[in-house]
Amino acid sequence: MKRYSAFAIAREGLRYHKGWERAWGSPEPKKRYDAIIVGAGGHGLATAFYLGKNFGITNVAVLEKGWLGGGNTGRNTTIIRSNYLQDPSAAIYEKSRSLYETMSQDVNMNVMFSPRGVIMLAQTHHEVRGYQRTAHANALQGVETTFIGPQKVKELVPIINLEGPRYPVLGGLWQARGGTARHDAVAWGYARACSDMGMDIIQNCAVTGIETEGGAVKAVNTSKGRIETGKLALVVAGHSSDLAEMAGFRLPIESVALQALVSEPIKPCMDVVVMANTVHGYLSQSDKGEMVIGGGTDHYNNYTQRGSFHHIEETVRALVETFPMMSRLKMLRQWGGIVDMTGDRSPLISKTPVGGIFVNCGWGTGGFKAIPGSGWAMAELVAKGEPGPLAADFGIERFREGRFIDESVAAGVAH
Amino acid sequence: MLILECPYCGIHADETELENGGEAHLTRATVGASDEEFESYLFARANPKGVHFERWRHAYGCGKWFLAARDTVTLEVFATYCAQTSEPPAEVLKAIRAKHPDWEGSA
Repeated sequence: MKRYSAFAIAREGLRYHKGWERAWGSPEPKKRYDAIIVGAGGHGLATAFYLGKNFGITNVAVLEKGWLGGGNTGRNTTIIRSNYLQDPSAAIYEKSRSLYETMSQDVNMNVMFSPRGVIMLAQTHHEVRGYQRTAHANALQGVETTFIGPQKVKELVPIINLEGPRYPVLGGLWQARGGTARHDAVAWGYARACSDMGMDIIQNCAVTGIETEGGAVKAVNTSKGRIETGKLALVVAGHSSDLAEMAGFRLPIESVALQALVSEPIKPCMDVVVMANTVHGYLSQSDKGEMVIGGGTDHYNNYTQRGSFHHIEETVRALVETFPMMSRLKMLRQWGGIVDMTGDRSPLISKTPVGGIFVNCGWGTGGFKAIPGSGWAMAELVAKGEPGPLAADFGIERFREGRFIDESVAAGVAH
Repeated sequence: MLILECPYCGIHADETELENGGEAHLTRATVGASDEEFESYLFARANPKGVHFERWRHAYGCGKWFLAARDTVTLEVFATYCAQTSEPPAEVLKAIRAKHPDWEGSA
């Protein structure tokens, strides 16, 4: 693989850009792999990347029923933060955030990580107390956050209305090292690096069945034929229940649609990420100038990548009262993704009742920020067969044992 | 906008008038149940792509719980029916099979 660099751009500029290689291969599947990962989204590709980088396992296939990064990896609002309340969450999300800092160098692709800072607004006294508690917890966990007052919020976000009609801004939880990254580039960067290590990324290849023998995985049947493997990682977000059904077990997962939308591009007006959980709306400005807006989830199971219209109305209403200038903006696009919600709103990085099958799912509405940390922890689980320290608390057995990692209570909303 | 007919008051209610209560026809784990049975009752879900039986409450109407058979991929509603039953009535299954002859049933 030829490395991307400023020198490469100059070199190609002098020869009509004819020397660029395909970023990743498009191979036909082999008969057998040491490990198969289902799902070429961020989490699946990151798992493959760290299997190769940390454990030297490169006889790996990543199967994707659609196109690479075309699921939730390409549908989120790209927010990266690690200001969680519970220790296991803070550990894996902080690992993830720190890996984002060096991802462009690690995969030799500019993922445009922008540590511009994230504010979570406190708009009720309950939220003030909650975020002060989170700030204290983060201090103990080694995650750098501070609770800031309304005047500091106004300094950071001049377009904000502190005296909203329903909920005044009483302060906020500020994580200066949080930010955004380019979601597509994260998938492309990992895919290119995996392909370079000799892994096969096979797109348009849907898994149609899972063969087991003596309680362990033997092969997967796909739209491109039967492929044998001893290790199978299911990393398919909202479609996890469907694949678990093929393997003969159930997951504590329900799939719902989560929406996002973007406005027309405007001049730079906000250089941080703002999350308003009480009125429910997330906002950041992309490098193109669009205001990127995260909305709500439907409250019933569905697999339609659309979402209900009344949620857009609720989201826009929340944003207009928090950022009055939004009322003058036209919205350009709206879309939905299928997110996988667990009972405690924390993910699963876990062994399953079937030997050799591992799941990484349940990231719900906040999976993008977790991609590198999730891949790091999942690779260790797949390579060793047992979870490492980052994944240990995220096992599926926690629902039987009552060891919840209850971020739904901590955040009060989907997160 | 999802619209369901409340089987009690006959109103065709928008989803904003309703509250979803998750998967229907679960067997409640109770005193003496094992940890596995509680886990299954509280958390494990079919979450199918396709026909889904689920609980709804006409929250801003008559306030009563009812059940619905709905397709989670197309959002098509096959039927809504009263909650006083432990399994889907025959006419509901018939309405589903009319649209999906090869449906094998679930949960």
